[in-house]
Amino acid sequence: MSEHAEHGDSHYVKIWAYLLVLLAISFVGPMLEIQWVTLITAFGIAVVKAYMVAVNFMHINLTPRFVIYTVTTTLVFMLLFFAGAAPDVMKSSGTNWVKPAWIEAERAYEAGEVGGGAHGADHGEGHGEAAGH
Amino acid sequence: MSARPIATTRSAAGIPTQRLAVWWIIASEIVIFGGVLGSYIMHRLAHGIWADYAANTNPWIGLTNTFILLTSSLFAVLAHQAAERGDGKRAANLLYLTCLGGAMFLCVKGYEWSYEISHGMTITANTFWSFYYTAAGIHALHVIAGCIIMLFVAETAKKNLELHRVEIIGIYWHFVDVVWIFLFPLLYIAK
Repeated sequence: MSEHAEHGDSHYVKIWAYLLVLLAISFVGPMLEIQWVTLITAFGIAVVKAYMVAVNFMHINLTPRFVIYTVTTTLVFMLLFFAGAAPDVMKSSGTNWVKPAWIEAERAYEAGEVGGGAHGADHGEGHGEAAGH
Repeated sequence: MSARPIATTRSAAGIPTQRLAVWWIIASEIVIFGGVLGSYIMHRLAHGIWADYAANTNPWIGLTNTFILLTSSLFAVLAHQAAERGDGKRAANLLYLTCLGGAMFLCVKGYEWSYEISHGMTITANTFWSFYYTAAGIHALHVIAGCIIMLFVAETAKKNLELHRVEIIGIYWHFVDVVWIFLFPLLYIAK
């Protein structure tokens, strides 16, 4: 058993109510269709909600520090993965390679030749070719 | 001699072994979900057309499922509180309510997927839908696993036995909730 029996049930109901208010904001905010508002209300609030659940429901603040370090390390690894893979995944060409299928799909999308229905172009991700071939 | 393995009862690391184990599971799960969501974000940012695909998802369904999971998390933490007070029967009942939340979540998801699949938005339609079904599908498998384990935990808790397990399954369930908190804006909100 752990060390947080001092909280009454009402404390957790209150946290749940706060989470629902944040959920409502994160749902309504993006309807304004302003990019920075969407970023803050949808993703910023997601981080706040996750923090509230981790601290108040999972009681991560009451676990030994090495547990927090372990969880944080996995998050850092995730960011490293993103930083390592993004330059390849998110670009259509590099110094010695190019993704012709992606460039063609991008052109078709810009020209309105493909739509965003169920079956659209895939932008040729993962179909890179060495430049000059 | 007790049949219980010695590792179950010791807390050499300053934390009960079961609780430490579930945190290790969560750490490894972060890498699994982080990899999928990180890859999704990369592609989403790189391909403008993905916003058009995402416009086909129903935000009201995402909202409903987020509400259901947050509420089930409340029941899970209240079950933990009941277990702390030694009230196994109340803990078990609250765990059953948590499971009910999980079942409702899966029903809503089943309805949503059947609609999408019947309209041609299948896992093989394009990479966006592959990511969509993979991320939400892995998450749904975790919901199913959590519900099954929770039913076993509730059975013993009802008899006022092994009440520490209520906290352990609760931590796992809250993590499943946290994952959905990030899936919700990624798949349903950011159009």
